[in-house]
Amino acid sequence: MRAIVNPRPGARLAIAVPFAWLLLLFLAPFLIVAGISFGESSIGIPPYTPPLVFSDGIVPTLNVNLGNYALLLGDSLYIRAYLNAVEFAAIATAICLALGYPMAYAIARAPRTWRNPLLMLVILPFWTSFLIRVYAWIGILKTNGLLNNLLLASGLIDQPLPLLNNLFSVEIALVYSYLPFMILPLYATLERMDPALLEAAADLGCRPFRAFLTVTLPLSLPGIAAGCLLVFIPAVGEFVIPDLLGGPDTLMIGKVLWDEFFTNRDWPVASAVAIAMLVLLVAPIALAQRAIGRGVGAA
Amino acid sequence: MSTRASLLLTGVLAFGYLFLYAPIASLIIYSFNASRLVTVWAGFSTRWYGELIGNEAIRAAAATSLEIAVLSASAALVLGTAGGFALARHRRFAGRTLFVFMTTAPLVMPEVITGLSLLLLFIVMEDWLGWPADRGITTIVLAHATFAMAFVAIIVQARLAAFDRSLEEAALDLGARPWKVLLVITLPLIAPALVTGWLLAFTLSLDDLVIASFVSGPASTTLPMVIFSSVRLGISPQINALATIFVAVVAILVLIAFWISLRRSKESGSPS
Repeated sequence: MRAIVNPRPGARLAIAVPFAWLLLLFLAPFLIVAGISFGESSIGIPPYTPPLVFSDGIVPTLNVNLGNYALLLGDSLYIRAYLNAVEFAAIATAICLALGYPMAYAIARAPRTWRNPLLMLVILPFWTSFLIRVYAWIGILKTNGLLNNLLLASGLIDQPLPLLNNLFSVEIALVYSYLPFMILPLYATLERMDPALLEAAADLGCRPFRAFLTVTLPLSLPGIAAGCLLVFIPAVGEFVIPDLLGGPDTLMIGKVLWDEFFTNRDWPVASAVAIAMLVLLVAPIALAQRAIGRGVGAA
Repeated sequence: MSTRASLLLTGVLAFGYLFLYAPIASLIIYSFNASRLVTVWAGFSTRWYGELIGNEAIRAAAATSLEIAVLSASAALVLGTAGGFALARHRRFAGRTLFVFMTTAPLVMPEVITGLSLLLLFIVMEDWLGWPADRGITTIVLAHATFAMAFVAIIVQARLAAFDRSLEEAALDLGARPWKVLLVITLPLIAPALVTGWLLAFTLSLDDLVIASFVSGPASTTLPMVIFSSVRLGISPQINALATIFVAVVAILVLIAFWISLRRSKESGSPS
Protein backbone atom coordinates (compact mmCIF):
# COMPACT_ATOMS: atom_id res chain seq x y z
CA MET A 1 0.00 0.00 0.00
CA ARG A 2 2.73 2.37 1.04
CA ALA A 3 4.52 1.77 -2.25
CA ILE A 4 1.73 3.49 -4.20
CA VAL A 5 1.38 6.48 -1.89
CA ASN A 6 5.09 7.22 -1.89
CA PRO A 7 5.63 10.19 -4.28
CA ARG A 8 7.35 9.07 -7.46
CA PRO A 9 8.97 11.48 -9.91
CA GLY A 10 5.71 11.44 -11.93
CA ALA A 11 3.65 12.24 -8.88
CA ARG A 12 5.95 15.09 -7.95
CA LEU A 13 5.41 16.47 -11.45
CA ALA A 14 1.62 16.19 -10.98
CA ILE A 15 1.95 18.47 -7.96
CA ALA A 16 4.67 20.81 -9.18
CA VAL A 17 3.27 21.77 -12.60
CA PRO A 18 -0.23 22.91 -11.55
CA PHE A 19 1.25 24.41 -8.37
CA ALA A 20 3.74 26.54 -10.30
CA TRP A 21 1.09 27.49 -12.87
CA LEU A 22 -1.32 28.71 -10.18
CA LEU A 23 1.40 30.56 -8.29
CA LEU A 24 2.31 32.46 -11.44
CA LEU A 25 -1.13 33.02 -12.99
CA PHE A 26 -3.40 33.12 -9.96
CA LEU A 27 -1.51 34.31 -6.89
CA ALA A 28 1.20 36.58 -8.32
CA PRO A 29 -1.35 38.74 -10.22
CA PHE A 30 -3.04 39.72 -6.94
CA LEU A 31 0.26 41.04 -5.60
CA ILE A 32 0.67 43.08 -8.77
CA VAL A 33 -2.87 44.46 -8.43
CA ALA A 34 -2.12 45.35 -4.81
CA GLY A 35 1.09 47.08 -5.92
CA ILE A 36 -0.53 49.09 -8.70
CA SER A 37 -3.38 50.16 -6.42
CA PHE A 38 -0.71 52.32 -4.71
CA GLY A 39 0.48 53.69 -8.04
CA GLU A 40 -0.53 56.80 -9.91
CA SER A 41 -2.42 57.01 -13.15
CA SER A 42 -0.53 58.69 -15.96
CA ILE A 43 -0.84 59.29 -19.66
CA GLY A 44 0.91 56.60 -21.63
CA ILE A 45 0.95 52.86 -22.26
CA PRO A 46 0.30 51.31 -19.80
CA PRO A 47 -1.54 54.25 -18.24
CA TYR A 48 -0.04 54.16 -14.75
CA THR A 49 3.18 54.67 -12.80
CA PRO A 50 3.89 51.80 -10.38
CA PRO A 51 4.80 52.72 -6.78
CA LEU A 52 8.25 51.14 -7.17
CA VAL A 53 10.34 52.60 -9.98
CA PHE A 54 13.92 51.69 -10.86
CA SER A 55 15.45 54.92 -12.11
CA ASP A 56 18.34 54.28 -14.53
CA GLY A 57 17.33 50.64 -14.16
CA ILE A 58 19.17 50.30 -10.82
CA VAL A 59 18.20 52.75 -8.08
CA PRO A 60 14.81 51.85 -6.64
CA THR A 61 12.56 54.70 -5.64
CA LEU A 62 9.42 53.96 -3.68
CA ASN A 63 6.55 56.35 -4.18
CA VAL A 64 3.48 55.06 -2.38
CA ASN A 65 0.30 56.85 -3.36
CA LEU A 66 -2.68 56.41 -1.02
CA GLY A 67 -4.81 58.72 -3.14
CA ASN A 68 -6.72 55.90 -4.83
CA TYR A 69 -7.97 54.55 -1.53
CA ALA A 70 -8.72 58.05 -0.28
CA LEU A 71 -10.84 58.53 -3.40
CA LEU A 72 -12.81 55.32 -2.71
CA LEU A 73 -13.49 56.35 0.87
CA GLY A 74 -14.19 59.99 0.08
CA ASP A 75 -16.62 59.60 -2.83
CA SER A 76 -20.06 58.37 -1.81
CA LEU A 77 -20.51 56.81 -5.27
CA TYR A 78 -17.97 54.09 -4.52
CA ILE A 79 -19.29 53.38 -1.04
CA ARG A 80 -22.86 53.16 -2.34
CA ALA A 81 -21.86 50.82 -5.18
CA TYR A 82 -19.99 48.68 -2.68
CA LEU A 83 -22.93 48.48 -0.25
CA ASN A 84 -25.39 47.97 -3.14
CA ALA A 85 -23.38 44.97 -4.36
CA VAL A 86 -23.41 43.36 -0.91
CA GLU A 87 -27.12 44.08 -0.43
CA PHE A 88 -28.22 42.89 -3.88
CA ALA A 89 -26.11 39.75 -3.65
CA ALA A 90 -27.52 39.00 -0.17
CA ILE A 91 -31.11 39.41 -1.42
CA ALA A 92 -30.39 37.18 -4.44
CA THR A 93 -28.83 34.56 -2.15
CA ALA A 94 -31.92 34.57 0.10
CA ILE A 95 -34.29 34.20 -2.88
CA CYS A 96 -32.13 31.43 -4.38
CA LEU A 97 -32.27 29.59 -1.05
CA ALA A 98 -36.05 30.03 -0.72
CA LEU A 99 -36.62 28.71 -4.25
CA GLY A 100 -33.70 26.29 -4.47
CA TYR A 101 -34.23 24.45 -1.19
CA PRO A 102 -37.71 23.09 -1.99
CA MET A 103 -36.55 22.28 -5.53
CA ALA A 104 -33.49 20.36 -4.29
CA TYR A 105 -35.66 18.65 -1.67
CA ALA A 106 -38.27 17.61 -4.23
CA ILE A 107 -35.57 16.23 -6.58
CA ALA A 108 -33.83 14.34 -3.75
CA ARG A 109 -37.17 12.77 -2.72
CA ALA A 110 -38.23 11.91 -6.29
CA PRO A 111 -38.14 8.26 -7.46
CA ARG A 112 -34.52 7.21 -8.01
CA THR A 113 -34.76 6.96 -11.81
CA TRP A 114 -36.12 10.53 -12.04
CA ARG A 115 -33.41 12.21 -9.98
CA ASN A 116 -30.66 12.42 -12.58
CA PRO A 117 -32.90 13.71 -15.41
CA LEU A 118 -34.47 16.27 -13.04
CA LEU A 119 -31.03 17.42 -11.91
CA MET A 120 -29.86 17.53 -15.52
CA LEU A 121 -32.73 19.91 -16.28
CA VAL A 122 -31.43 22.26 -13.58
CA ILE A 123 -27.88 22.23 -14.98
CA LEU A 124 -28.82 22.36 -18.67
CA PRO A 125 -29.43 26.15 -18.93
CA PHE A 126 -25.96 26.63 -17.43
CA TRP A 127 -24.45 25.05 -20.56
CA THR A 128 -25.98 27.68 -22.83
CA SER A 129 -24.55 31.19 -23.00
CA PHE A 130 -24.83 33.21 -19.77
CA LEU A 131 -24.87 36.46 -21.73
CA ILE A 132 -27.77 35.30 -23.90
CA ARG A 133 -29.76 34.10 -20.90
CA VAL A 134 -29.42 37.53 -19.28
CA TYR A 135 -30.35 39.15 -22.61
CA ALA A 136 -33.55 37.05 -22.75
CA TRP A 137 -34.86 38.95 -19.74
CA ILE A 138 -34.71 42.27 -21.60
CA GLY A 139 -37.35 41.02 -24.03
CA ILE A 140 -39.49 39.73 -21.19
CA LEU A 141 -39.24 42.66 -18.77
CA LYS A 142 -39.18 45.79 -20.95
CA THR A 143 -42.14 48.18 -20.99
CA ASN A 144 -43.73 46.60 -24.08
CA GLY A 145 -42.21 43.20 -23.30
CA LEU A 146 -43.75 39.79 -22.87
CA LEU A 147 -44.58 39.98 -19.17
CA ASN A 148 -46.23 43.40 -19.40
CA ASN A 149 -48.20 42.30 -22.47
CA LEU A 150 -49.32 39.18 -20.64
CA LEU A 151 -50.43 41.14 -17.56
CA LEU A 152 -52.20 43.78 -19.68
CA ALA A 153 -54.01 41.11 -21.72
CA SER A 154 -55.13 39.32 -18.58
CA GLY A 155 -56.57 42.57 -17.21
CA LEU A 156 -54.50 42.48 -14.01
CA ILE A 157 -52.96 45.89 -14.77
CA ASP A 158 -53.99 48.84 -17.01
CA GLN A 159 -50.54 50.44 -17.25
CA PRO A 160 -47.30 48.66 -18.09
CA LEU A 161 -45.19 48.15 -14.96
CA PRO A 162 -41.60 49.43 -14.82
CA LEU A 163 -39.82 46.09 -14.67
CA LEU A 164 -36.53 46.81 -16.41
CA ASN A 165 -33.43 48.78 -15.37
CA ASN A 166 -34.24 48.67 -11.70
CA LEU A 167 -33.65 46.48 -8.65
CA PHE A 168 -36.38 44.08 -9.76
CA SER A 169 -34.72 43.17 -13.05
CA VAL A 170 -31.26 42.94 -11.44
CA GLU A 171 -32.53 40.54 -8.77
CA ILE A 172 -34.45 38.41 -11.30
CA ALA A 173 -31.31 37.99 -13.41
CA LEU A 174 -29.05 37.30 -10.40
CA VAL A 175 -31.42 34.60 -9.12
CA TYR A 176 -31.85 33.20 -12.61
CA SER A 177 -28.11 32.98 -13.27
CA TYR A 178 -27.01 31.57 -9.93
CA LEU A 179 -29.93 29.28 -8.93
CA PRO A 180 -28.19 26.07 -10.15
CA PHE A 181 -25.21 26.86 -7.86
CA MET A 182 -27.63 26.80 -4.91
CA ILE A 183 -29.52 23.66 -5.95
CA LEU A 184 -26.49 21.41 -6.65
CA PRO A 185 -24.83 21.43 -3.19
CA LEU A 186 -28.24 21.34 -1.48
CA TYR A 187 -29.21 18.30 -3.51
CA ALA A 188 -25.89 16.61 -2.71
CA THR A 189 -26.47 16.86 1.06
CA LEU A 190 -30.21 16.10 0.94
CA GLU A 191 -29.75 13.07 -1.29
CA ARG A 192 -27.16 11.55 1.04
CA MET A 193 -29.47 11.86 4.03
CA ASP A 194 -30.77 8.57 5.43
CA PRO A 195 -34.61 8.48 5.18
CA ALA A 196 -34.62 6.15 8.20
CA LEU A 197 -33.90 9.21 10.37
CA LEU A 198 -37.23 10.78 9.39
CA GLU A 199 -39.05 7.47 9.81
CA ALA A 200 -37.58 7.14 13.30
CA ALA A 201 -38.74 10.66 14.12
CA ALA A 202 -42.24 9.86 12.80
CA ASP A 203 -42.37 6.60 14.79
CA LEU A 204 -41.56 8.55 17.91
CA GLY A 205 -44.56 10.78 17.22
CA CYS A 206 -42.84 13.72 15.60
CA ARG A 207 -45.02 15.67 13.15
CA PRO A 208 -43.56 16.00 9.62
CA PHE A 209 -42.92 19.74 9.81
CA ARG A 210 -41.23 19.44 13.18
CA ALA A 211 -39.17 16.53 11.89
CA PHE A 212 -38.08 18.73 9.02
CA LEU A 213 -37.04 21.53 11.39
CA THR A 214 -35.21 19.32 13.90
CA VAL A 215 -33.75 16.63 11.61
CA THR A 216 -33.58 17.57 7.93
CA LEU A 217 -32.73 21.25 8.21
CA PRO A 218 -29.78 20.89 10.64
CA LEU A 219 -28.37 18.00 8.61
CA SER A 220 -28.52 20.05 5.40
CA LEU A 221 -26.70 23.06 6.90
CA PRO A 222 -23.40 22.26 5.09
CA GLY A 223 -25.30 22.29 1.78
CA ILE A 224 -27.01 25.55 2.68
CA ALA A 225 -23.67 27.14 3.57
CA ALA A 226 -21.99 25.93 0.37
CA GLY A 227 -24.91 27.02 -1.82
CA CYS A 228 -25.14 30.48 -0.23
CA LEU A 229 -21.39 31.08 -0.69
CA LEU A 230 -21.39 29.84 -4.29
CA VAL A 231 -24.19 32.32 -5.07
CA PHE A 232 -23.13 35.27 -2.90
CA ILE A 233 -19.44 35.60 -3.81
CA PRO A 234 -19.70 35.77 -7.62
CA ALA A 235 -22.93 37.81 -7.37
CA VAL A 236 -21.12 40.55 -5.41
CA GLY A 237 -18.68 41.03 -8.27
CA GLU A 238 -21.26 40.75 -11.06
CA PHE A 239 -20.75 43.12 -13.98
CA VAL A 240 -22.92 41.91 -16.89
CA ILE A 241 -26.22 41.93 -15.00
CA PRO A 242 -26.08 45.48 -13.55
CA ASP A 243 -24.76 46.69 -16.90
CA LEU A 244 -27.48 45.16 -19.10
CA LEU A 245 -30.46 45.08 -16.73
CA GLY A 246 -29.59 47.71 -14.13
CA GLY A 247 -30.35 51.40 -13.98
CA PRO A 248 -28.91 54.52 -12.35
CA ASP A 249 -30.00 53.31 -8.89
CA THR A 250 -28.51 49.84 -9.14
CA LEU A 251 -24.81 50.56 -9.53
CA MET A 252 -22.71 47.64 -8.31
CA ILE A 253 -19.01 47.60 -7.46
CA GLY A 254 -18.13 45.15 -10.28
CA LYS A 255 -19.50 47.60 -12.83
CA VAL A 256 -17.59 50.44 -11.15
CA LEU A 257 -14.35 48.47 -11.57
CA TRP A 258 -15.16 47.85 -15.25
CA ASP A 259 -15.98 51.51 -15.91
CA GLU A 260 -12.86 52.77 -14.09
CA PHE A 261 -10.78 50.45 -16.24
CA PHE A 262 -12.42 50.67 -19.67
CA THR A 263 -14.13 54.08 -19.65
CA ASN A 264 -11.96 56.23 -17.36
CA ARG A 265 -8.79 54.24 -18.08
CA ASP A 266 -7.78 54.79 -14.46
CA TRP A 267 -6.03 51.50 -13.78
CA PRO A 268 -4.73 52.33 -10.27
CA VAL A 269 -8.27 53.20 -9.08
CA ALA A 270 -9.61 50.01 -10.73
CA SER A 271 -6.89 48.08 -8.85
CA ALA A 272 -7.85 49.74 -5.57
CA VAL A 273 -11.50 48.76 -6.19
CA ALA A 274 -10.38 45.15 -6.85
CA ILE A 275 -8.41 45.11 -3.57
CA ALA A 276 -11.37 46.56 -1.69
CA MET A 277 -13.58 43.78 -3.12
CA LEU A 278 -11.01 41.12 -2.17
CA VAL A 279 -10.86 42.41 1.41
CA LEU A 280 -14.64 42.06 1.61
CA LEU A 281 -14.65 38.59 0.01
CA VAL A 282 -11.59 36.97 1.56
CA ALA A 283 -13.49 35.49 4.52
CA PRO A 284 -16.39 34.14 2.40
CA ILE A 285 -13.89 32.69 -0.10
CA ALA A 286 -11.98 30.91 2.68
CA LEU A 287 -15.29 29.50 3.98
CA ALA A 288 -16.35 28.43 0.47
CA GLN A 289 -13.04 26.66 -0.01
CA ARG A 290 -13.65 24.62 3.15
CA ALA A 291 -17.21 23.82 2.06
CA ILE A 292 -16.06 22.71 -1.40
CA GLY A 293 -13.13 20.81 0.10
CA ARG A 294 -15.48 18.91 2.40
CA GLY A 295 -16.74 17.10 -0.68
CA VAL A 296 -19.98 18.93 -1.39
CA GLY A 297 -18.62 19.35 -4.89
CA ALA A 298 -18.94 15.60 -5.39
CA ALA A 299 -22.32 16.16 -7.12
CA MET B 1 -44.75 13.12 3.78
CA SER B 2 -48.31 14.46 3.73
CA THR B 3 -50.00 14.83 0.35
CA ARG B 4 -50.41 18.57 0.87
CA ALA B 5 -46.69 19.05 1.47
CA SER B 6 -45.70 16.94 -1.54
CA LEU B 7 -48.21 18.80 -3.71
CA LEU B 8 -46.61 22.07 -2.60
CA LEU B 9 -43.13 20.72 -3.37
CA THR B 10 -44.20 19.60 -6.84
CA GLY B 11 -45.69 23.04 -7.41
CA VAL B 12 -42.45 24.81 -6.44
CA LEU B 13 -40.46 22.41 -8.63
CA ALA B 14 -42.71 23.11 -11.62
CA PHE B 15 -42.46 26.85 -11.01
CA GLY B 16 -38.67 26.55 -10.78
CA TYR B 17 -38.44 24.78 -14.13
CA LEU B 18 -40.83 27.30 -15.70
CA PHE B 19 -38.58 30.09 -14.39
CA LEU B 20 -35.46 28.38 -15.78
CA TYR B 21 -36.87 27.56 -19.21
CA ALA B 22 -39.41 30.30 -20.08
CA PRO B 23 -36.72 32.85 -21.05
CA ILE B 24 -34.97 30.30 -23.26
CA ALA B 25 -38.28 29.31 -24.86
CA SER B 26 -39.09 32.98 -25.56
CA LEU B 27 -35.72 33.41 -27.30
CA ILE B 28 -36.34 30.39 -29.53
CA ILE B 29 -39.91 31.39 -30.45
CA TYR B 30 -39.00 34.96 -31.34
CA SER B 31 -35.97 33.90 -33.35
CA PHE B 32 -38.51 32.74 -35.97
CA ASN B 33 -40.45 36.01 -35.86
CA ALA B 34 -40.66 37.94 -39.12
CA SER B 35 -40.80 41.30 -37.32
CA ARG B 36 -37.83 43.15 -35.88
CA LEU B 37 -40.00 44.04 -32.90
CA VAL B 38 -39.27 41.16 -30.62
CA THR B 39 -42.61 41.25 -28.85
CA VAL B 40 -44.95 41.50 -31.83
CA TRP B 41 -45.55 38.26 -33.70
CA ALA B 42 -45.58 38.92 -37.44
CA GLY B 43 -45.48 35.41 -38.81
CA PHE B 44 -42.92 32.64 -39.19
CA SER B 45 -39.63 33.46 -40.86
CA THR B 46 -36.05 32.22 -40.96
CA ARG B 47 -34.82 35.62 -42.07
CA TRP B 48 -32.66 36.22 -38.96
CA TYR B 49 -30.82 32.95 -39.45
CA GLY B 50 -29.92 34.05 -42.97
CA GLU B 51 -28.69 37.40 -41.70
CA LEU B 52 -26.78 35.71 -38.88
CA ILE B 53 -24.96 33.38 -41.29
CA GLY B 54 -24.19 36.35 -43.53
CA ASN B 55 -22.80 38.35 -40.59
CA GLU B 56 -19.05 38.35 -41.13
CA ALA B 57 -18.19 39.82 -37.71
CA ILE B 58 -20.09 37.08 -35.89
CA ARG B 59 -18.58 34.34 -38.06
CA ALA B 60 -15.03 35.56 -37.45
CA ALA B 61 -15.65 35.97 -33.72
CA ALA B 62 -17.16 32.49 -33.50
CA ALA B 63 -14.07 31.00 -35.15
CA THR B 64 -11.79 32.88 -32.72
CA SER B 65 -13.88 31.75 -29.74
CA LEU B 66 -13.87 28.09 -30.84
CA GLU B 67 -10.10 28.15 -31.31
CA ILE B 68 -9.59 29.67 -27.85
CA ALA B 69 -12.07 27.24 -26.27
CA VAL B 70 -10.42 24.12 -27.74
CA LEU B 71 -6.90 25.24 -26.79
CA SER B 72 -7.76 26.43 -23.29
CA ALA B 73 -9.96 23.42 -22.49
CA SER B 74 -7.17 21.06 -23.51
CA ALA B 75 -4.62 22.94 -21.40
CA ALA B 76 -7.08 23.06 -18.49
CA LEU B 77 -7.67 19.31 -18.83
CA VAL B 78 -3.94 18.50 -18.51
CA LEU B 79 -3.30 20.96 -15.67
CA GLY B 80 -6.58 20.22 -13.88
CA THR B 81 -6.12 16.44 -14.08
CA ALA B 82 -2.65 16.78 -12.57
CA GLY B 83 -4.13 19.05 -9.90
CA GLY B 84 -6.96 16.58 -9.21
CA PHE B 85 -4.43 13.77 -8.72
CA ALA B 86 -2.36 15.97 -6.41
CA LEU B 87 -5.46 16.77 -4.33
CA ALA B 88 -6.87 13.25 -4.16
CA ARG B 89 -3.71 11.13 -3.91
CA HIS B 90 -1.35 13.26 -1.86
CA ARG B 91 -2.59 14.12 1.58
CA ARG B 92 0.63 15.79 2.65
CA PHE B 93 3.09 17.91 0.75
CA ALA B 94 4.69 21.27 1.38
CA GLY B 95 2.23 24.04 0.60
CA ARG B 96 -0.83 21.78 0.29
CA THR B 97 -3.10 24.29 2.08
CA LEU B 98 -2.06 27.01 -0.35
CA PHE B 99 -2.54 24.60 -3.25
CA VAL B 100 -6.08 23.69 -2.11
CA PHE B 101 -6.87 27.40 -1.79
CA MET B 102 -5.57 28.17 -5.28
CA THR B 103 -7.55 25.34 -6.90
CA THR B 104 -10.86 26.23 -5.23
CA ALA B 105 -10.75 30.04 -5.08
CA PRO B 106 -11.06 30.50 -8.89
CA LEU B 107 -14.46 28.73 -8.72
CA VAL B 108 -15.99 31.69 -6.92
CA MET B 109 -13.61 34.57 -7.65
CA PRO B 110 -15.51 37.47 -9.30
CA GLU B 111 -14.47 37.63 -12.95
CA VAL B 112 -13.68 41.36 -12.93
CA ILE B 113 -10.95 40.72 -10.34
CA THR B 114 -9.48 37.73 -12.22
CA GLY B 115 -9.56 39.65 -15.50
CA LEU B 116 -7.89 42.79 -14.16
CA SER B 117 -5.21 40.88 -12.25
CA LEU B 118 -4.28 38.68 -15.23
CA LEU B 119 -4.04 41.70 -17.53
CA LEU B 120 -1.67 43.46 -15.12
CA LEU B 121 0.39 40.26 -14.87
CA PHE B 122 0.72 40.07 -18.67
CA ILE B 123 1.80 43.72 -18.80
CA VAL B 124 4.41 43.25 -16.09
CA MET B 125 5.65 40.07 -17.84
CA GLU B 126 5.92 41.93 -21.13
CA ASP B 127 7.88 44.66 -19.36
CA TRP B 128 10.33 42.26 -17.69
CA LEU B 129 10.55 39.33 -20.11
CA GLY B 130 9.38 40.80 -23.39
CA TRP B 131 6.69 38.10 -23.56
CA PRO B 132 3.77 38.05 -24.34
CA ALA B 133 4.56 40.89 -26.74
CA ASP B 134 0.95 41.26 -27.90
CA ARG B 135 -2.23 40.51 -26.12
CA GLY B 136 -4.64 38.34 -28.05
CA ILE B 137 -5.53 34.70 -28.46
CA THR B 138 -2.47 33.52 -26.47
CA THR B 139 -3.25 35.62 -23.41
CA ILE B 140 -6.95 34.67 -23.49
CA VAL B 141 -6.04 30.97 -23.70
CA LEU B 142 -3.67 31.32 -20.71
CA ALA B 143 -6.34 33.15 -18.71
CA HIS B 144 -9.11 30.66 -19.55
CA ALA B 145 -6.89 27.65 -18.87
CA THR B 146 -6.10 29.08 -15.43
CA PHE B 147 -9.66 29.52 -14.23
CA ALA B 148 -11.03 26.42 -15.97
CA MET B 149 -8.34 24.11 -14.55
CA ALA B 150 -9.85 24.64 -11.09
CA PHE B 151 -13.16 23.17 -12.30
CA VAL B 152 -11.39 20.21 -13.93
CA ALA B 153 -9.33 19.60 -10.77
CA ILE B 154 -12.46 19.48 -8.58
CA ILE B 155 -14.23 17.05 -10.95
CA VAL B 156 -11.19 14.76 -11.26
CA GLN B 157 -10.55 14.89 -7.51
CA ALA B 158 -14.18 13.92 -6.78
CA ARG B 159 -13.94 11.00 -9.22
CA LEU B 160 -10.63 9.80 -7.75
CA ALA B 161 -12.00 10.03 -4.21
CA ALA B 162 -14.60 7.40 -5.16
CA PHE B 163 -12.06 5.29 -7.07
CA ASP B 164 -11.44 1.65 -6.23
CA ARG B 165 -7.65 1.28 -6.19
CA SER B 166 -7.55 -2.53 -6.10
CA LEU B 167 -7.20 -2.68 -9.92
CA GLU B 168 -4.16 -0.38 -9.80
CA GLU B 169 -2.64 -2.43 -6.99
CA ALA B 170 -3.24 -5.65 -8.91
CA ALA B 171 -1.50 -4.24 -12.00
CA LEU B 172 1.43 -3.05 -9.90
CA ASP B 173 1.67 -6.46 -8.19
CA LEU B 174 1.79 -8.08 -11.63
CA GLY B 175 4.79 -5.91 -12.45
CA ALA B 176 3.30 -3.07 -14.52
CA ARG B 177 5.21 0.16 -14.30
CA PRO B 178 3.42 3.12 -12.63
CA TRP B 179 3.19 5.12 -15.87
CA LYS B 180 1.63 2.16 -17.62
CA VAL B 181 -0.87 1.70 -14.80
CA LEU B 182 -1.83 5.35 -15.13
CA LEU B 183 -2.31 5.15 -18.91
CA VAL B 184 -3.92 1.70 -19.15
CA ILE B 185 -5.95 1.46 -15.94
CA THR B 186 -6.51 4.77 -14.15
CA LEU B 187 -7.11 7.26 -16.96
CA PRO B 188 -9.53 5.02 -18.93
CA LEU B 189 -11.51 4.38 -15.74
CA ILE B 190 -11.88 8.08 -14.96
CA ALA B 191 -12.50 8.95 -18.64
CA PRO B 192 -16.11 10.15 -18.05
CA ALA B 193 -14.81 12.69 -15.52
CA LEU B 194 -12.15 13.82 -18.00
CA VAL B 195 -14.76 14.27 -20.74
CA THR B 196 -17.03 16.22 -18.38
CA GLY B 197 -14.09 18.36 -17.28
CA TRP B 198 -13.02 19.16 -20.83
CA LEU B 199 -16.58 20.01 -21.90
CA LEU B 200 -17.06 22.23 -18.85
CA ALA B 201 -13.78 24.04 -19.52
CA PHE B 202 -14.76 24.40 -23.20
CA THR B 203 -18.16 25.88 -22.24
CA LEU B 204 -16.67 28.23 -19.65
CA SER B 205 -14.23 29.56 -22.23
CA LEU B 206 -16.87 29.93 -24.95
CA ASP B 207 -19.11 31.78 -22.50
CA ASP B 208 -16.63 34.18 -20.94
CA LEU B 209 -17.01 37.89 -21.65
CA VAL B 210 -15.38 39.62 -18.71
CA ILE B 211 -11.96 37.97 -18.42
CA ALA B 212 -11.48 37.89 -22.20
CA SER B 213 -12.35 41.60 -22.46
CA PHE B 214 -9.56 42.46 -20.02
CA VAL B 215 -6.80 40.32 -21.54
CA SER B 216 -7.68 40.53 -25.25
CA GLY B 217 -5.97 42.66 -27.82
CA PRO B 218 -7.37 44.66 -30.72
CA ALA B 219 -7.17 41.70 -33.14
CA SER B 220 -8.91 39.12 -30.98
CA THR B 221 -12.63 39.74 -30.66
CA THR B 222 -14.48 36.77 -29.22
CA LEU B 223 -18.13 35.82 -29.76
CA PRO B 224 -19.32 37.01 -26.30
CA MET B 225 -17.74 40.43 -27.01
CA VAL B 226 -19.71 40.74 -30.27
CA ILE B 227 -22.91 39.56 -28.58
CA PHE B 228 -22.35 42.00 -25.72
CA SER B 229 -21.81 45.04 -27.91
CA SER B 230 -24.87 44.22 -30.02
CA VAL B 231 -27.05 43.48 -26.95
CA ARG B 232 -25.98 46.75 -25.33
CA LEU B 233 -27.61 48.57 -28.26
CA GLY B 234 -30.90 46.80 -27.56
CA ILE B 235 -32.84 43.77 -28.74
CA SER B 236 -31.39 42.10 -31.81
CA PRO B 237 -33.22 39.23 -33.57
CA GLN B 238 -29.91 37.85 -34.87
CA ILE B 239 -28.89 37.19 -31.27
CA ASN B 240 -32.13 35.25 -30.80
CA ALA B 241 -31.22 33.09 -33.79
CA LEU B 242 -27.73 32.58 -32.36
CA ALA B 243 -29.22 31.60 -29.00
CA THR B 244 -31.45 29.03 -30.70
CA ILE B 245 -28.42 27.47 -32.41
CA PHE B 246 -26.62 27.34 -29.03
CA VAL B 247 -29.59 25.61 -27.40
CA ALA B 248 -29.97 23.15 -30.29
CA VAL B 249 -26.28 22.15 -30.13
CA VAL B 250 -26.40 21.68 -26.35
CA ALA B 251 -29.64 19.70 -26.57
CA ILE B 252 -28.19 17.37 -29.24
CA LEU B 253 -25.00 16.81 -27.20
CA VAL B 254 -27.03 16.06 -24.07
CA LEU B 255 -29.24 13.59 -25.93
CA ILE B 256 -26.14 11.82 -27.29
CA ALA B 257 -24.59 11.67 -23.80
CA PHE B 258 -27.87 10.38 -22.37
CA TRP B 259 -28.10 7.72 -25.08
CA ILE B 260 -24.51 6.58 -24.48
CA SER B 261 -24.99 6.31 -20.72
CA LEU B 262 -28.28 4.45 -21.28
CA ARG B 263 -26.57 1.92 -23.57
CA ARG B 264 -23.67 1.54 -21.18
CA SER B 265 -25.89 0.85 -18.18
CA LYS B 266 -27.86 -1.69 -20.24
CA GLU B 267 -24.65 -3.45 -21.31
CA SER B 268 -23.04 -3.57 -17.88
CA GLY B 269 -26.33 -3.97 -16.03
CA SER B 270 -25.45 -1.23 -13.58
CA PRO B 271 -25.56 2.57 -13.77
CA SER B 272 -22.09 3.93 -14.51
